[in-house]
Amino acid sequence: MADLELLSISKTFGHVTVLKDITLRVCDGEFTILLGPSGCGKSTLLRIIAGLEPQTQGAVRIGGDHVDHLSPRDRDIAMVFQHYALYPHFTVRENLAFGLKMRKERPHIIDGRIREAAQLLGIEDLLDRRPKDLSGGQRQRVAMGRAIVRQPKLFLFDEPLSNLDARLRASMRVELKKLHQRLRATMIYVTHDQVEAMTLGDTIVVMDRGRVRQVDSPSRIYSRPADPFVAGFIGSPGMNLLEGSLERQANAWCFRSGSLSLPLPPLSGTLPDSLASRTILGIRPEDILLRATDSRGTSVKAHVDVVEDLGADQVLHLNVGDRHLVVRAPQGERHGQGATLTLHLPYKSLHLFIDDRRLNWAEPDERA
Amino acid sequence: MTRRILLGVGILLTVGLSLFPFLWFVVTSLKTQKEVEAIPPTWWPSGSLDFYQSALVDHHLTDYILNSVLVAGSTTLLALGIGIPAAYALARLRLPGKVWILGALLSISMFPQLAIAGPVWQILERIGGLNTRWGLLLPYVTLTLPLAIWILASFFKELPAELEEAARVDGCGPWQTMIRVMVPLAAPAIFTAAILTFIYAWNEFFFALLILTQPERQTLPVGIALFQGEFTMPWGELAAASVIATLPLVILVVLFQRWIVSGLSAGAVKG
Amino acid sequence: MTSRAPLEHQAAWWMLAPALAFTLVFALYPVVDSFFLSLHRIFLGVPALGQPFVGFENYQTMAGDPVARQAFLVTIGFVLVSTALELVLGLGIALVIHEHFSGRGWVRVAALIPWSIPTVVASQMWRFIFNDQYGLANLLLFGERVEEYIPWLAYPGFAFAAIVFADVWKTSSFAGLLILAGLQVIPEEVYDAARIDGATTWQRFWKITLPLLKPALLLALLFRTMDAFRVFDLVFVMTQGGPGDSTLVLQFYGYKALFAEGRMGYGAAISVTVFLAIFVLSLFYIRGIGSRLLEKEPA
Repeated sequence: MADLELLSISKTFGHVTVLKDITLRVCDGEFTILLGPSGCGKSTLLRIIAGLEPQTQGAVRIGGDHVDHLSPRDRDIAMVFQHYALYPHFTVRENLAFGLKMRKERPHIIDGRIREAAQLLGIEDLLDRRPKDLSGGQRQRVAMGRAIVRQPKLFLFDEPLSNLDARLRASMRVELKKLHQRLRATMIYVTHDQVEAMTLGDTIVVMDRGRVRQVDSPSRIYSRPADPFVAGFIGSPGMNLLEGSLERQANAWCFRSGSLSLPLPPLSGTLPDSLASRTILGIRPEDILLRATDSRGTSVKAHVDVVEDLGADQVLHLNVGDRHLVVRAPQGERHGQGATLTLHLPYKSLHLFIDDRRLNWAEPDERA
Repeated sequence: MTRRILLGVGILLTVGLSLFPFLWFVVTSLKTQKEVEAIPPTWWPSGSLDFYQSALVDHHLTDYILNSVLVAGSTTLLALGIGIPAAYALARLRLPGKVWILGALLSISMFPQLAIAGPVWQILERIGGLNTRWGLLLPYVTLTLPLAIWILASFFKELPAELEEAARVDGCGPWQTMIRVMVPLAAPAIFTAAILTFIYAWNEFFFALLILTQPERQTLPVGIALFQGEFTMPWGELAAASVIATLPLVILVVLFQRWIVSGLSAGAVKG
Repeated sequence: MTSRAPLEHQAAWWMLAPALAFTLVFALYPVVDSFFLSLHRIFLGVPALGQPFVGFENYQTMAGDPVARQAFLVTIGFVLVSTALELVLGLGIALVIHEHFSGRGWVRVAALIPWSIPTVVASQMWRFIFNDQYGLANLLLFGERVEEYIPWLAYPGFAFAAIVFADVWKTSSFAGLLILAGLQVIPEEVYDAARIDGATTWQRFWKITLPLLKPALLLALLFRTMDAFRVFDLVFVMTQGGPGDSTLVLQFYGYKALFAEGRMGYGAAISVTVFLAIFVLSLFYIRGIGSRLLEKEPA
């Protein structure tokens, strides 16, 4: 077990910059998620940590030691691959043993570790089968077992659940979480699936186009996204993001977007000199209230355009003037197309981004 | 309907024209001397094995067979032993300029034998390789390498990169990754390359003719090409020897047709 | 940077080393040396004459040598006629094997037999078939009318036709396999679409199969051309270049000059000429086919 440090890692392929100046610290025993859309560089970053790919600049430290000169075998890491990468010509047992054999571990230790891991994963009955005779979920377990027997300083996961069907993915997610609680190992987990990220991670690193956008706990990523990208990427349906401008009206500020004009609470922080700066106002569909329960907020009228019925609740697509908002109606409430609603937008739920940076309210609201 | 008739005719022609000429040789090999010399020729043989016996006993055929087995077998082993790592390196490892190396290696298969014959002969003369089986091995390995490397490299390319990465994380260096993970997976391609290499070496004539001058050292193609009788052409013995020389190949083709076809069409290199 | 890359380079070089060594010593060096030899006057077995440098004298001799010119023409003729026939027959074989019918595997085996037979054996076989007294050709054509039997290989035209015939028999199936590979990558859907569009079998062949088969046909053409250029075994066994040099191909002529007559320099000049002719063709090969493997390089 060890902590991991990345010191301004950059990676270019030819003229294409894949990673730009990434600095990151992962504490011992932490489950860290690298989350981002495909092509954001998260897998490349993982491969650099593993030593499968050399970085162009920067340094990797595992447990305080520089490992840049070390090959994957000497970094004391284990990796679970997207397509499992089980050796087709080995049995499950041989697959599990291979990494230990290559390190000249003694046979009785290898046996013991395999037994332990097989028990932990519930694959004792599969040890003498070959990968082709296993189901997707079983292969997944074997792939994890191969990492577990190694007892490495660092576990690396490269979208390990992306090849499973939805139901299996959900149950493996829970098992992975249990596994981490049991092993208390440092794990780095790459995914583009925000549900995986939110449920598994102690820390989420949101990446986009080769940069880290935010490093935070899942709840803070959700409640206090650092920029419009993170705000829009996390949550389902995604946060409503309205592009507009700030206007001063007497003593207060007002956000104007098309025909929509919303008064704002007092703002803190330095406001840009030019009010022409790119301003984005965000609010999550589930934070928009259809009944005014919170006194501090603002109200607008809206017409229901499209209704998506999800069974438990409804997702409403609304027209507000010439703008468009998505609202998640609370459970039990039902609305039809064409209905007129009064939306209540609580101040504490509004997110304001100026020049792609989050602007905090005067009274920062900490919902955890 | 016309399509079915066309197909039927096509099948008949393909099978008939492919097999009939050689069957005539088989028929001839089963005749007696008298039947062979009949004018006009007779259609049916009496089924005599005389020619096989005399080919084996009087015409060095046992030597030829032994030499062919030795030369073709060791060419196959050596070409694969050398070709597998080369193909692996070219297909999977990072190496500056490997495009050029691959191009150069593959272009060897295009060389006319004549273009290298003189100097190869001189090299072998200098190192005492003339009229030896190992001397013949050297050009054979060289000339079969492109085919073997092409087939193997094409196959290695298709194997998932993740496996290799898993092996590296598991602690394998490049050699161990190749030997313990990639080579077992490439078994079908290795087998294909082996068959094609063997057939090439078994059939090769030009260099065998140049390098092997004594009948005791010669391979089947040379023996058959230079087949002579005392006064007349011993067609019967020649036919028997030809059948013997061809039999192993026919067996290979019947058993491993699928591999051969995939090797020839995927590799697209003539064996 | 990690130290892995150089380590990998090192391993890669070691893996390549034996193959490169063989190739350098027994293929690349000999070609260069052949060119070097072709610039000298060398008679094997006559050391007294020395090995004087004569520049391009051997090439001039060759240009003025009517036998060499004959060999060149025979070779070109052989290449053109045999590859054309092999492509047509190969296409036929490919179309047959591509169809679904029971026993298809055995038809494929049958088609492969001529390819697998040693060329020397095939040559002796055809020599026997074209034999003036015991040959199958005469038997099939004239039956009992022995007086009409033809000594095929004694007539220049027939002898040339005989080696073409033997070559076509031996290698059409190889061309067929290359074309078959091309047939197999044409998606069945395209044919279905054409059928719905109302194309007949015949139209489907001309408008869909042939155009989509062009790369495979080209590939087969190149391979067969290059190979036909190197024809040797057939001529050595069946005709020895005769009668009257009517089947004298370049590789055989060069072989005779080099090893029968000991004219090392002159033979080398012929071999370099054959090499250059094939080299030009192989450039197509490297560009057209070699790039397919190289294309898939990781970025």
